[in-house]
Amino acid sequence: MVEFAMHNAWLIPLLPAIAFAAIALLLWPWPKASSTFSILMILTSFVLALAVVYGVYTQPELIEKSMVYTTRWFSMPGLRIDVGIMLDPTSAMMLWVVTLVALLVQIYSLGYMEGDPGFSSFYAYLSLFAASMLGLVLSSNLLQMFVFWELVGLCSYLLIGFWFYKDSAREAAKKAFITTRVGDFGLLIGLLSLQLIFGTLNIPELAEKAVNFQNYVSAETLTLVLVVLFLGPIGKSGQFPLHVWLPDAMEGPTPVSALIHAATMVVAGVYLVGRILFLFKEVPAAMHVVAIIGGFTAFFAATIALTQTEMKRILAYSTVSQLGYMMLALGAASLTASMFHLMTHAYFKALMFLGAGSVLHALHGKAHIHEMGGLYKKMPWTTWTFVIGALAIAGIPPLAGFWSKDEILLVVKEAAHEAPGIYTPLFWLALITAFLTAFYMFRQVFTAFFGPEKPENHPHEAPWNMRLPLIILAFFSIVGGWVGLPWLEKGFGYWVRMGEFHHAEPDYVLMGVSVLLALAGIYLAYLMYLKKAIDPDKVAEKFGVLYKLSYHKYYIDEIYLWFNQMVVDGMGKILYWVDLYIVDGIVNGIGAITRGSGAVLRYTTTGNLQTYALVIFMVIVIITLYFAFGDASFASLFLGGGK
Amino acid sequence: MHFPLLTATLLAPVIGALVIAFIPKEEHKAIKSVAAFAMFVALFLSVFAFFSYDLAKGGFQFVEKYNWVPDLGVQFYLGVDGLSLPMLLLTNLLGFAAIFASWNVNNRPKEFFVLFLLLIAGVMGTFIAQDLFIFLLFYEVVVIPIYIMVVIWGSSKRVTKEYAGMKLTIYLLIGSAFLLFGLISIFVKSSDLLGHPTMNIEALGKVAFPKDFQITIFPFLLFGFGSLLSMWPFHSWSPDGYAGAPTAVSMIHAGVLKKIGGYGLIRIALYLLPEGAKYWAPVIAILATVNVAYAAFIALAQKDLKYVVGYSSVSHMGYVLLGIASLNIIGINGAVANMFAHGVMAALFFSMIGFVYEKTHTRYIPDLGGLAHQTPKLAIGLVMAGMASLGLPGLISFVPEFTVFVGIWKNEAMIPKFLAVIAIAGVIITALYVLRALAYSLFGPRREEYDHLKDIKGAELVPLVVLGFVLIAGGVLPFLIMDMVNSGVAPILAKLGATTAIGGKF
Repeated sequence: MVEFAMHNAWLIPLLPAIAFAAIALLLWPWPKASSTFSILMILTSFVLALAVVYGVYTQPELIEKSMVYTTRWFSMPGLRIDVGIMLDPTSAMMLWVVTLVALLVQIYSLGYMEGDPGFSSFYAYLSLFAASMLGLVLSSNLLQMFVFWELVGLCSYLLIGFWFYKDSAREAAKKAFITTRVGDFGLLIGLLSLQLIFGTLNIPELAEKAVNFQNYVSAETLTLVLVVLFLGPIGKSGQFPLHVWLPDAMEGPTPVSALIHAATMVVAGVYLVGRILFLFKEVPAAMHVVAIIGGFTAFFAATIALTQTEMKRILAYSTVSQLGYMMLALGAASLTASMFHLMTHAYFKALMFLGAGSVLHALHGKAHIHEMGGLYKKMPWTTWTFVIGALAIAGIPPLAGFWSKDEILLVVKEAAHEAPGIYTPLFWLALITAFLTAFYMFRQVFTAFFGPEKPENHPHEAPWNMRLPLIILAFFSIVGGWVGLPWLEKGFGYWVRMGEFHHAEPDYVLMGVSVLLALAGIYLAYLMYLKKAIDPDKVAEKFGVLYKLSYHKYYIDEIYLWFNQMVVDGMGKILYWVDLYIVDGIVNGIGAITRGSGAVLRYTTTGNLQTYALVIFMVIVIITLYFAFGDASFASLFLGGGK
Repeated sequence: MHFPLLTATLLAPVIGALVIAFIPKEEHKAIKSVAAFAMFVALFLSVFAFFSYDLAKGGFQFVEKYNWVPDLGVQFYLGVDGLSLPMLLLTNLLGFAAIFASWNVNNRPKEFFVLFLLLIAGVMGTFIAQDLFIFLLFYEVVVIPIYIMVVIWGSSKRVTKEYAGMKLTIYLLIGSAFLLFGLISIFVKSSDLLGHPTMNIEALGKVAFPKDFQITIFPFLLFGFGSLLSMWPFHSWSPDGYAGAPTAVSMIHAGVLKKIGGYGLIRIALYLLPEGAKYWAPVIAILATVNVAYAAFIALAQKDLKYVVGYSSVSHMGYVLLGIASLNIIGINGAVANMFAHGVMAALFFSMIGFVYEKTHTRYIPDLGGLAHQTPKLAIGLVMAGMASLGLPGLISFVPEFTVFVGIWKNEAMIPKFLAVIAIAGVIITALYVLRALAYSLFGPRREEYDHLKDIKGAELVPLVVLGFVLIAGGVLPFLIMDMVNSGVAPILAKLGATTAIGGKF
């Protein structure tokens, strides 16, 4: 079984793809059959993924040298693109995360999407997404990865716009696609450059060549190429300044938000950078860019999350912020910390999104936290699993988020020894973000789930098929971080890493500080939103400008909208005018001249025999005169003579 | 003597047209069925040719050669290589789909389908003729049915159909005037150099034309073929023409007829005049970049679906031209594959828009909206065409576009990086206008005035199924097309490489 799974890992993405095709072509008239088939396929993939994880675990040599098998996709002289499968602990870990969350979300959707007219197509899209995402994870070639990268983007587009009758969903889907497209443009240029510099896009070959990159390219050029390429991950993983699409993406059904816009697709950017971290490591300047963008995004998004009132939007900004953490870890050259946080974040963020979905389901779409309150009585399962998720993200030990966040803080602190100018401020920013995270999460928890009940609401607990995923994810949100306990000899960091393994000593001071910050955040939220010892409105008033900036998301959406409508559309209108009145104008002008000259010249064709005879006579006279006085040898040409 | 496969393919629509001529004009079903069957035969034969072509051997295969006018060196010479075959397949694929896209033509269907079949035969001929004279002959054959079809079965919106037909025809003719001059010069010069006349393209390719001659004559071919390919600033016939033309003509015109321009540039201009190509490549690159960016921006400002696709196709042709201008095998492979990919995608787009127009009687985007509620299959077709248009991987146009990008990125000597960046940035604007057009015509709240619409069904589904299948198959298995194209382009590039050393940074 394990051997089979290792050598046929391509089945893992293929099975959901089959589910997609089957539903699209055959099963769609029967919702039950569609969902059942889709879940069966992802379940099989999940089992295969488990086998792969076990297989990788028993073969530690894969840490240093991935297991790769490839086949030609297309080729021509000077360009060969392979597609293949690349198995190592990193991709195995991702397989586990993606199949687990995809499976749970598909089970959850049985309840959440029940009765929706698009039930079958929802499962078709989910299957297509799972196939693309798993394909991305397993890719051994960067162009192959780009293909799946765009396909997950397509699924994201289709699923954000799933309820396409809503204007907001339609707009959000479009925005998501186009914003990430801007990033993909950079990614594409980066890939083209890498292809031409190194002559390959196969990841293992790139890794070999990266060590001696000076033989191929100067450090400055490579830095530039990597920074341009990094635009792709910025777009996909919602990093500043291309983060604007991610909060809007919450227009999609909530299971989609949990699966695509929290746990899996949005981490594709992080994963891509992680996959080619060996290139970034060669040029520190590119690393610094990654770290700065990541660290800044983490802080920046957290400040926005402070004032948002829609449950899913708070979670969305929180996702942006956490993705920033992951990027920051990569920027500090640590694949381990980044992937560790990616994994734990998938557990607790998917958990909280599904919890939010359960609330939306119970309150028939009420999305603002101020419309909720006291839900814990009627919805104990949802509430307590949500609280577990919030504690995990806030970084309370021994929950999953604590260990991974701690790891990130640790690597950034270590990086600060090397380049203090860059990493020291980022370290402090990361610490402040930890405090903000705890605060905004518990602002939401206290407002929505505790406090006084709202009599107009009649919440009810979610059905079993929605509860089960919550419980499983809550379990992993607690224990999921234990694979990376700092006291373990061969923990997460031994398996998922790039380069030498060095076992870092646990930093108890740092742990203490981060726990204290988290507790402080929670306590402040308690004072403001549960005990009401501090009036939040007064605070908002006091920091009027800052509050407004945060509430309006720093007006970045408005700026982009203005740019789009004024500059891009304006350009379109101006060029259209040029096309109609100048380019076409000239053509029509020539046409008019032709017609005009025809109108004049037609008077020569009078049909009057005397006129014609006169003209013939005149011409003969002229020719005769010419022969008489002119150069006869030249004239002979006209009469058909030789040379 | 083997079975004359190419003649058979060429004759299938002609025979179809002849049979239709003898069917009473009231028998709509019979007329359409005969047309569909004729195209099915042609399609089947070209699929057969495509898959039985011996890639290992390469060169021209299924050759048929007869002397015709020995004094002028004219031969009836048909043959296909890796460059012709994809175009031949494309022609018949679109021809077949277009018959079904025109299934609801009930105004003079007899004349319509006869003209259409002749049009297909003409287009096919240009791609399989390996003799300049025959090439030009077929090329001129194409013009006549197009004009008549636009003027009779077209539609008047921003411009009248008469204006559209006239514009289309005049541009084609002006283009062919340039061409004629260029080709006659080549013919005359080669007769001088060889001592005997020949119109055989392969034979002409062996003639070493003086460099000055090449540089002088190349622009004539460039503008002749370029205006056919809607190269800026000779593009403005394209959106107006497509908007005025009936669905089938839009499909064929955008899908394959335009491609004669790109095909001719590679097969004739590049192959016969490599020095000229090298001299003029930077100009092509600049014009092509303008094509990409300029037309993409204009497409943003369009409100009529056909104009969006019309300008979009002008923009996409910029990528074909850029691939050609890169003058390396990667770029030119990309250009040829792009022609194929764009053909399939544009045809799907136009056929779906044709159905939208047939059902709603409008193509004006603000009047549409929410069509995915009433006509989901139509919506799927439009979304697929749109996604292919914006170069979504997994669909046919991604690999060709990527290949073109590699080609132009590679040749920094000819195509400066900033031009390449502008051209590649076109993918963002493309996404913008495609997604907008889709969003405002298909999605959004349900509109009750369209509740009576029926989704496409039966014969109407054929274009979606056939073209959709090719879109996906070509996207997932790009080597099917790329290997074929590469085998056709390699000899042309070998000649280009022999006469010129291609510069490049990497």
